Amino acid sequence: MDRKGISLKIGEFASDVGQIRDLELTVGRITRDTWAETMGPTPFPGVTALRSWDRLLLSRYRPFYLPFCDLCCLCTYGKCDLTGGKRGACGIDMAAQQSRIVLLASCIGAATHISHARELVTYCIGRSGTTHRIDVGGVNVEVEAPITRLVSGVRPETLGDLERVLEYLEGQVTALLSATHTGMEGDALDFESKVLHAGMIDQVGMEVADIAQVSALGYPKADADAPAVPLGMGTVDTRKPVILVIGHNVPPAVGIIDCLHDRGLSRDVEVTGICCSAQDMARYAPGTKVIGPISWQLRYVRSGIADVIVLDEQCVRTDLLEEARRVRSPLIVTSEKNCLGLPDRTDDAVDQIAADLAAGRLPGALILDPEKAGAAAVETVLRVAPERKKQGVLPGLQALTGDADRCRGCVLCRRSCPNDLPIPEAMEQAAAGNLEPLGALYDACVGCGRCEEACPREIPVHSCIIAACSDRLTGETFTMRAGRGAIQDVEIRKVGGPIVLGEIPGVVAFVGCANYPRGGNDVAEMAVEFAWRKYIVMTSGCAAMSIGMYRDGDGKSPYEMFPGAFEAGGIVNVGSCVANAHIAGAAVKIASIFARRNLRANYEEIADYVYNRVGAVGVAWGAMSQKAAAIASGFWRLGIPVIVGPHGSKYRRMLLGRADRPEDWCVYDARTGEKVQVGPVPEHLFCAAETREEAMVLTAKLCMRPNDTTRGRALKLTHYMDLHRRHYGMVPEDLHLFVRTPADIPITMKDEVQRILAEKGWEETTIPDPTLLLRMIRAGKG
Amino acid sequence: MARADPWQTAEVAGPKKAAVLNQAEVAMAVIRRAKRPLLLVGHRAAEITLGGRPLIDWVIRLSKGAALPIIASGKAAAALVGRRYPPAACLPVMDAANRLADPAWTGIDGKGGSDLVLLIGLPYPMAWTVLSGLKHFAPHLKTITIDNVYHPQASLSFPNLSEEEWAEHLGALIEHFEE
Ligand code: SF4
Ligand code: SF4
Repeated sequence: MDRKGISLKIGEFASDVGQIRDLELTVGRITRDTWAETMGPTPFPGVTALRSWDRLLLSRYRPFYLPFCDLCCLCTYGKCDLTGGKRGACGIDMAAQQSRIVLLASCIGAATHISHARELVTYCIGRSGTTHRIDVGGVNVEVEAPITRLVSGVRPETLGDLERVLEYLEGQVTALLSATHTGMEGDALDFESKVLHAGMIDQVGMEVADIAQVSALGYPKADADAPAVPLGMGTVDTRKPVILVIGHNVPPAVGIIDCLHDRGLSRDVEVTGICCSAQDMARYAPGTKVIGPISWQLRYVRSGIADVIVLDEQCVRTDLLEEARRVRSPLIVTSEKNCLGLPDRTDDAVDQIAADLAAGRLPGALILDPEKAGAAAVETVLRVAPERKKQGVLPGLQALTGDADRCRGCVLCRRSCPNDLPIPEAMEQAAAGNLEPLGALYDACVGCGRCEEACPREIPVHSCIIAACSDRLTGETFTMRAGRGAIQDVEIRKVGGPIVLGEIPGVVAFVGCANYPRGGNDVAEMAVEFAWRKYIVMTSGCAAMSIGMYRDGDGKSPYEMFPGAFEAGGIVNVGSCVANAHIAGAAVKIASIFARRNLRANYEEIADYVYNRVGAVGVAWGAMSQKAAAIASGFWRLGIPVIVGPHGSKYRRMLLGRADRPEDWCVYDARTGEKVQVGPVPEHLFCAAETREEAMVLTAKLCMRPNDTTRGRALKLTHYMDLHRRHYGMVPEDLHLFVRTPADIPITMKDEVQRILAEKGWEETTIPDPTLLLRMIRAGKG
Repeated sequence: MARADPWQTAEVAGPKKAAVLNQAEVAMAVIRRAKRPLLLVGHRAAEITLGGRPLIDWVIRLSKGAALPIIASGKAAAALVGRRYPPAACLPVMDAANRLADPAWTGIDGKGGSDLVLLIGLPYPMAWTVLSGLKHFAPHLKTITIDNVYHPQASLSFPNLSEEEWAEHLGALIEHFEE
């Protein structure tokens, strides 16, 4: 791995052979390369290095743009009206403008992960030193950084090695962002190629972030039996002082946990968390409490349980200072990216900061040193908790009925609600004393607070919904398996064959945020369904929490029902958002460890392998963020399809295949060089589904790959047909497109399928050794 | 709320807004003029009732009366099959819209694409985005929404309507065809 910055200066030097004066020698990097694998074609790829691969994908999965509005308003030429094929003042048309916005979103997402990775690497180096070895699974994980190796061509061995990778990523994200400037890129497909590039570097950024924290902070290391952690508001002991951490960057939470430990207070203070900081806290200290996904922010803060609130970065509500003030909880912000107008107290003494916060002289403080932020949070909570007495702002029964009584049925709340919840009708009932309809909105409420902003009567609508089912909230006592991090090499060896041959019907990853159309239960039920069907289910972030907030008839959570191993029927929580890299990493490791393809800087070949052979699908049911956009883009470049929920259509662009165009679905047979029609597998790269049922049917379908053996295809078809029939009441109309030979037909459905094939005029085809890349054809190579 | 405000307050489209469809005769004339009209039905049609009857039954009456072939997404397809009135095609709405946007699409029967699509029963954000995609990238296609919410991204849209008004509007349209 590289080392940079060696500088040698010689003022004057004389010897028998001559004299040197004023020599300055700078060596940019020294390479310590212990990786014997041959360097592949695209080390540290620039923006266009993989453009031809992107074009191959984009010729199958053409963008379908869904503009938010008719205009472009990005520069002072505008606003420009782009309707009816008109171009803006800079010459851009609607398709390019939409792809430009998609690129912007992906750049924001990638920049966020990469910047987060930079913070974590710096923090971990500060804690453990640059030479601290990367270790994500001991002897069980030799390929410790599959995505980094694949993209950059380097094998990072120490934390210091990750800095070089970060420099590359930072350069790329800057270049990509610049392409969105007025008068830069003008072609929609070239924008899309850049989107895929942003996604790829995002995956590297996430991997760097997670392997740094796993290596330095003692998280579970590729552990299928990672500890069970408490999940839900009901798990909090409200008699104790309570600290709440919200965000994604764990160092301040680590500061809190370490401080409590050092002061012998670990049992006396509850450390609770929302979103990915909670995921990572739980990996660091399994006794901490995970409250829930991001949509739990308002409800938990307003409950008043948290005596001190600590924010770091990403997806944190930007109005939390006001919310914290209302419940008299001091707020500590810890990220230079999220200062909230608060005074910088980083250089002040902990006691002084705590005294000011406890006395209410300050509503909050910015503390940019995570250790000090932790100490200040602990000191403050000890001072504040006895006084606060957990005072919240959720209305009591009487106040609630009074609020409901003020409702005039103007419907503005409903018209602001992303899920179109029937709030006015529920308010009317509540005013008459029936709280049930209001409480029934709880599950589908994403906690955005828009209803309250809209209400002309200033009714605290969201609070009313929460208050109407307050016992639901306090009864939320679940468990979640802590994030395990990477997948072991040995697990990959075991399941690589069955996945590639199609005998494990697929790998389904439930990831992303909690902007669900009908609540998190949808995600849990989908995960359980696919685990029962012996798919490998992976999960992370808020989706992993939603899965934990489910119980079967026997009261068991999915983490108790299914093992945490990367195996058929496992539910594998990898960890926080940045741990998503292990999901793509597992697919890459199948190509490298199981199939022994060269990994080093060999992106195109590995992506071609994954695309044609690894039946993996991502389901980001509640995706809302730009980070989710970047994560999805990283999956697409590897040829892994992603399904989003109905709100995901607001990402403004789908990548859809056309099953009705057979000419789109040809691959080369790597053995012979012949072109073979393999059917629409996988049919789409990015598609929004309308309902959970549709997402499940689509998932089963998108797990099919050209390389499936007949046994594997028969199994995948069984699941597709079964789910289709169960949810749509009929056999899939496109069934014939997925049957290549009679041996593909599921035995139990033989007569029915044969009849359909006959009706459709089906013809048998061959099963190739599939590739999209001409250079992978072996015939004639000797 | 004005009848031609977007149902979701913030969903303002821009300069090109749907004409409000207040009279059944206008809708009927547009449908009659179309060469290959289609009805795109989302899952809500299988979940909600209108005037005490499942919305899917209204959809079937309209489809029969106006001879509109149906493309249904999952749950709606199941409801249609359950009533022995299977859709002409069962496709996710994104897939259906993507095909509709292609002027070279050979249609659900292989005989040609469509020049008019009516939408009903989709979740608002999805209908919104799909209509926008069609507005900008399917100049050969007219879109009509017949839910009880105004959709500025359509070519023509029912206004925001109470349930009773919606039943009246939809009923009038169906009756014109049934006469
Ligand atoms: S807080 Fe809940 S009820 Fe209010 S607008 Fe948001 S989702 Fe709807
Ligand atoms: S916005 Fe306020 S007054 Fe209007 S219906 Fe909703 S709760 Fe009632």
